[in-house]
Amino acid sequence: MPRGYAGRFLDVDLTRETVQEITLPETILYQYLGGRGLAAKVLWDRLGKQWSTVDPLGPENILTILTGPLTAIHPGSRICVSGKSPLSNGTVGSTASSEFPMELKCAGYDGLFVTGKASSPVYLLITDHHAEIRDASHVWGKLGEDTIKILNAEVRAELGKRKPNIGLWREPAMVYVGPAGENRMRNAAVLTKVVHAAGYGGYGAVMGSKNLKAVVAKGRGPLPEVAAPKALEIMLQQYHTRLISMDSMRRWGTGYAGWYFGAVTSSEPVRNWQEEWHDERSMAGPRYSSRFWVKPYWADFNCSRSCMKISCIKTGPWKGDITDMPDYELEAYCGTNLGIFDPADNIHISALIDNLGMSGINGPNTLGFAAELYQRGILTKEDLGFELPWGDAEAFTKLAWLIVKREKIGDVLAEGTYRAAQRISALKGVDVMPYVVHVKGIEIGAHGTRSNEDFTKDIAYAASVQGGDHTSVVNDGYNDLSSVFMDSAVFCMFCAVHDLMWDFAQVVTGWDLTRHNWCTGQGQRIVALQRTLLLLGGPDIVWDPETDDDNPPRFYEPLPTGPYAGKTTDKAFVDQRKQDYYAAVGWDARGIPTTETLKRLDLADLEPTVKRLRK
Amino acid sequence: MSSIWIVRDYIRCTGCQRCEVVCSLRHENRIWPEASRVRVFMPFPGVEVPHLCAQCDDYPCVKACPVSALSVNTQTGAVIVDDGECTSCGLCITACPGTVPFLHPSTNKAVICDLCGGDPECVKVCGDAGYDALRLVKENVGAQKKVHAISPFVLAKDLAVNLFGEKGEEVV
Repeated sequence: MPRGYAGRFLDVDLTRETVQEITLPETILYQYLGGRGLAAKVLWDRLGKQWSTVDPLGPENILTILTGPLTAIHPGSRICVSGKSPLSNGTVGSTASSEFPMELKCAGYDGLFVTGKASSPVYLLITDHHAEIRDASHVWGKLGEDTIKILNAEVRAELGKRKPNIGLWREPAMVYVGPAGENRMRNAAVLTKVVHAAGYGGYGAVMGSKNLKAVVAKGRGPLPEVAAPKALEIMLQQYHTRLISMDSMRRWGTGYAGWYFGAVTSSEPVRNWQEEWHDERSMAGPRYSSRFWVKPYWADFNCSRSCMKISCIKTGPWKGDITDMPDYELEAYCGTNLGIFDPADNIHISALIDNLGMSGINGPNTLGFAAELYQRGILTKEDLGFELPWGDAEAFTKLAWLIVKREKIGDVLAEGTYRAAQRISALKGVDVMPYVVHVKGIEIGAHGTRSNEDFTKDIAYAASVQGGDHTSVVNDGYNDLSSVFMDSAVFCMFCAVHDLMWDFAQVVTGWDLTRHNWCTGQGQRIVALQRTLLLLGGPDIVWDPETDDDNPPRFYEPLPTGPYAGKTTDKAFVDQRKQDYYAAVGWDARGIPTTETLKRLDLADLEPTVKRLRK
Repeated sequence: MSSIWIVRDYIRCTGCQRCEVVCSLRHENRIWPEASRVRVFMPFPGVEVPHLCAQCDDYPCVKACPVSALSVNTQTGAVIVDDGECTSCGLCITACPGTVPFLHPSTNKAVICDLCGGDPECVKVCGDAGYDALRLVKENVGAQKKVHAISPFVLAKDLAVNLFGEKGEEVV
């Protein structure tokens, strides 16, 4: 057994109500590690031949819930969810911080592959070397907070009954979907711990489409053995010392950035990206920490970064709302992008989105898109049932519920911004596509490219196999592959210490995982495979690399305000950088992996399929 | 007798569970949260309760053990389990006012904090991180230690209200 792995995976078929333990060959694990990489490999092996006909929300799709060899051992424990994305029709490695992956590994499993569809709502309960399908009809329809409360108590009681004499059972950990996922909102997330979401990719909708409310795990075993146990202890000490020394991130998390990325770098979405500048100092640390933070240092398993902070509103109309910070992304998407600049309103929308089970970036992107259509008179009170002015937290609350319940225009908006825009263009006879801020159907994270001052430049999203995902942006086809490593070894990018990371990976696995080996080997292999699946696409949308490897139209409009007013993303430079990137990862001029590249990456079995994508 | 003790400041716990990582590395040579002598209960996200032996002055667990598998280290005041003698009867667990001891997931023997012989690992990592949810004090805390031998679920209910106000009444 390779080190770092529990050694077994679970194959779950919800239609047949079967659960089977499987192992995967060491060569596959070495080539793809886990998480994002392994998901792409297994999806290709099992669904690749008929990929373009697989409905992401049909029973034939496979939802993967995977750890990696570094998960829970490396600081910052995360779970990686994937499958055929109902947004991009490709795959996204979508990760969330949680104790769930630790519990899963301690129960003896590295992950799950879930296919089929249960005849009624179910959840999976995973305990030491055991998994079972259980009724979830009593939690179907429940918000995130209630789901956790009910399942924690129920599972703890059940385990206590099974083994009553061992002392107090601790609660399990879980991933679950809210009403958004149950109702197949394409931007639904897979959530954990109320506020942590695997958001990009829309896997909450996939989970909901399978009638799978939650996966709950409690493991009493140890984490897997590592290759060099003594070295691990030393490296853990070094690692945590370094993380603890990074003080501002620990104190503020990314929550300081709600002002910074607006006022300084001018790359924060404001009113559906019509602007990327604001100077509202309310949208940052002190106004949140002083009034709302009830836990200023909050962390997940084996994390000393503690960039999370818990906010709770204790007075006023939103009393009782709980969320984390919000972090920068949700300050922007549940705040500035809706024209909201009040911390309490921002926390409220963030808490609501989490509880409903939307992805906090992508779902509110659709809210902002709808508000722009309202501003332009394209959507009206008749479509919505209420007015939708910028900055009105109450109106956005109503709209979020409308989408989750799929009522009125909410049923269209639940299809994600891109698909909703296609339908609204047809319905209204007006081209609304210029107002969609997405790449490959995936709404863009809260970092613009126009000012060129943020970490997201020119082709960051345009050439990414994960579209608008700001956690996996592209630059030179080498350095950017580190994020593929973090999503496949599966640990938190905010816990990565780049000059220790590769040594740590060797200490755990014993494999020759170096930056260079990865960035010229496994990393390239995984993106080549993801690229192939993305371009195969279907059934409803097939992307054309010549037109769709690009930024949304809005990123070519000049910034109207702020220190970079007049600036825009340079289209000619984007085209040039795209060619550089394709060449760096071994793709042809249209961005299709070449025969030689596939051979070099041990992906020769893709050749007949990829050949059809080449012109 | 006991001159060292671990003070717990529950509200400062971040839930990182590094106490469990280092405790299990020391005692089990593995990262093994469910074999850690300190376990952080979190019945609702954000409501985190580090749960470990409080070294009650009157040691009800030691008194309850029918085979004298438990003894008190006179240097530290910690309860020491003799694995060879322990019969896994669980009487120490029921005798504890906080239900702190538990049976080891592999050996099935009672597991109780031994204060790492006087220099607890959990305290070091919690202090290094600046949280001080667990802190070592060198004073004779006496009988009042026993108030910390309490169910983590009782504490969780209180902490939830402290953190979330009225909403806290609903979540745990």
